[in-house]
Amino acid sequence: MNVLVYLIPMALGLGLAGLFAFLWALRSGQYSDMEGAALRVLSDDDIEQTPPQ
Amino acid sequence: MPESLDLSLFTRPAGDGTLGMELAVEGIACGACIGRIESAVKRLPGVTEARLNFTNRRLHVHWTDGAIAPAQILQTLEEAGYHGYPFAPLRAEQEEAAEARRLIRALAVAGFAAMNIMLLSVSVWAGNASDITPETRDFFHWASALIALPAAAYAGRPFFTSAWKALRAGALNMDVPISLGAILALGMSVVETANHARAAYFDSAIMLLFFLLVGRALDHTMRRKTRAVAGNLAALKAETAHRFDGDEVVSVPAAAVRPGDRLLVKPGERVPADGGVLTGTSELDESLITGETARRKVTAGATIYAGSMNYSGALTMRVTAGDRGTLLDEIERLLEQAASAKSRAMRLADRAARFYAPVVHVTAAATMLGWWLAGASLHDAIVTAIAVLIITCPCALALAIPAVQVVTSGALFRAGVILNAGDAIERLGEADTVIFDKTGTLTLPEPRVVDAGEIAPELMQMAARLALSSRHPLALALTREATSHIPYDGAVEEPGQGVRATIDGTEARLGSAEFCGIPAENVAHWVSVSTGTNGESFICLSYGARAAGIAISQRLRPDAAEVVKALRQHGLDLHILSGDRAGAVRPVAEALGIMQWQGGLKPADKIASVEALKRQGRRVLMVGDGLNDAPALAAAQVSLSPIAAADVTQAQADAVFLGERLKPVLDALVIARRARALMKENLWLAAIYNMIAVPIAILGWITPLIAALAMSGSSMMVTLNALRGGKSA
Repeated sequence: MNVLVYLIPMALGLGLAGLFAFLWALRSGQYSDMEGAALRVLSDDDIEQTPPQ
Repeated sequence: MPESLDLSLFTRPAGDGTLGMELAVEGIACGACIGRIESAVKRLPGVTEARLNFTNRRLHVHWTDGAIAPAQILQTLEEAGYHGYPFAPLRAEQEEAAEARRLIRALAVAGFAAMNIMLLSVSVWAGNASDITPETRDFFHWASALIALPAAAYAGRPFFTSAWKALRAGALNMDVPISLGAILALGMSVVETANHARAAYFDSAIMLLFFLLVGRALDHTMRRKTRAVAGNLAALKAETAHRFDGDEVVSVPAAAVRPGDRLLVKPGERVPADGGVLTGTSELDESLITGETARRKVTAGATIYAGSMNYSGALTMRVTAGDRGTLLDEIERLLEQAASAKSRAMRLADRAARFYAPVVHVTAAATMLGWWLAGASLHDAIVTAIAVLIITCPCALALAIPAVQVVTSGALFRAGVILNAGDAIERLGEADTVIFDKTGTLTLPEPRVVDAGEIAPELMQMAARLALSSRHPLALALTREATSHIPYDGAVEEPGQGVRATIDGTEARLGSAEFCGIPAENVAHWVSVSTGTNGESFICLSYGARAAGIAISQRLRPDAAEVVKALRQHGLDLHILSGDRAGAVRPVAEALGIMQWQGGLKPADKIASVEALKRQGRRVLMVGDGLNDAPALAAAQVSLSPIAAADVTQAQADAVFLGERLKPVLDALVIARRARALMKENLWLAAIYNMIAVPIAILGWITPLIAALAMSGSSMMVTLNALRGGKSA
């Protein structure tokens, strides 16, 4: 059962990493416009217009 | 733009030499609008950032100070086919946004902790059933404590602070048993862990907080969403005023007008502030203030009120603040009285909490005493008592009402009703008497053409197209009938008279009878044959030898008759209380079949009528829009107002409904009644759960596994039941 001594802290660490990732996303405003984010991905405005070869 | 537009009220310096502004944008239809709006605004010189929030339809713009005038941003949006309305975010909205972030963070922490502790707890439960060593179990329990204690300290704060506030005020709310349960469960678990016990309740305490936070976060999100929509609508409604800066006239938002300012009020515009007329004569439509549909003549020296529609002439006015007219003073005084006298209906949840908390605490104390007297050790007696507290922790009870509220406010929102007050749903569900104001509530806020079918269609269309060239409010009513929206070339408006244009070589005139050269007896004849209900104004048209009189009048909302009939079928008692003269109220009351009506009422009379009904034990819903309705709205148990209502009135209303139809009033009542029934059902479900679980807990048979199952099971049950309230009416 000695394996638990490092497996449990590892599990906790992974969970904490997920928690902090969520809190970071929340702070950087990624949840402030849920509908807009879903539509922005469809826009091609950020693609450089290259003339057809 | 002939006169400059000053928007400095809405710009905020960002500190790095840039200015920021928030705009509510109207006309966003699809996802492609995001790119179109942002790129159009970004092309302006000096704009460093333009970001559109699609969820709440708001555009956030940053630009270098001095590079462009803020009005240029509005113009750019206009050219792209959208309307932008600048607004200053309300403080309340910002505070709610901060509160929502705190709740979500607390929810995230509680969720993380609940998952990890469950992982450990399930291992212990499985181990207890098989061959876990006491050392391993202790290790798992200590690991749980390590996660649970900081997590609870962070995620439990919304409950702890609210419970503390209630206790300090000498009251009990639902958060008191929640906090007590969570703290005792954690404290006991730490002690038990130190004593190498088989069971600990870390998982129960954290899961409890998690479930409750889910309910609260949902409730908050829904309220913020409706608040944002209400904020946008307020920005859309905000009017501009024309202010004299020296001799120059500048357009400013009405919110920027200060006492002492000199303003110009053009015909066809609403008076932007209260004050006195300096020069000019005109007729004002004060139906939004008093409910009276007949227009009032004003000249220099007259007191005028914000929200009145200026009909015929341009006025200059001085804005006043201290010396407000007698009407406003009276309304303010009545509002204060009504607000202080308002017997606030106690919320269902608070009523349940006041009954529930003492029962739970007495039961737990009795359990401890009972076991101790029956010969159990003090330790066992306390553990059993705490188990009772944990199992009765009002998880389901605290979710029972918020869950219904969330689902219901969503349904109301879809029906076009925006809630101002959180507990309005319950009060709305209890209403058995509905009082309507007439002007602007049963009738449309703006006058409309009556008898459009009686006039030759080509003349009607000619009149409507001529009206496009006029700013007169009656002309505005005519333009609604227009099929073509192209004004005639060379149409000229003679201020206060009418519009003339030459069409196919013949002169056409639209306006007063004299202006069109129509004899007075013709007008008298039209008045006598008109089928309109009351107070028509006639607008005349002459085209060569042909002439017509078009009656324009207040008109009932298109579905008023059906809605009134449906309300009666729902067993509601209906009344009309109007500030308009009795002669104008009678035809409306008769058309709708509402027998109990009164006209010519002062604001104080309306309150008296509401109070009289309340004394008979009625639960009164007041629906009104005028400034004169505001005190009655405050006095009634629950109130609704249309979106076109006066600002003061809207602030008093528990909910606001959108659109031209009256149907949202019916929908709101139906949805709220269903919601109230669901809330009661949910409270019963929670009570039944307790009736089963509490005896088990008192007998000392509760294990952490049973507590976890009971808690999540009952929470799911009430949440699923609440979802039934989401159907539209």
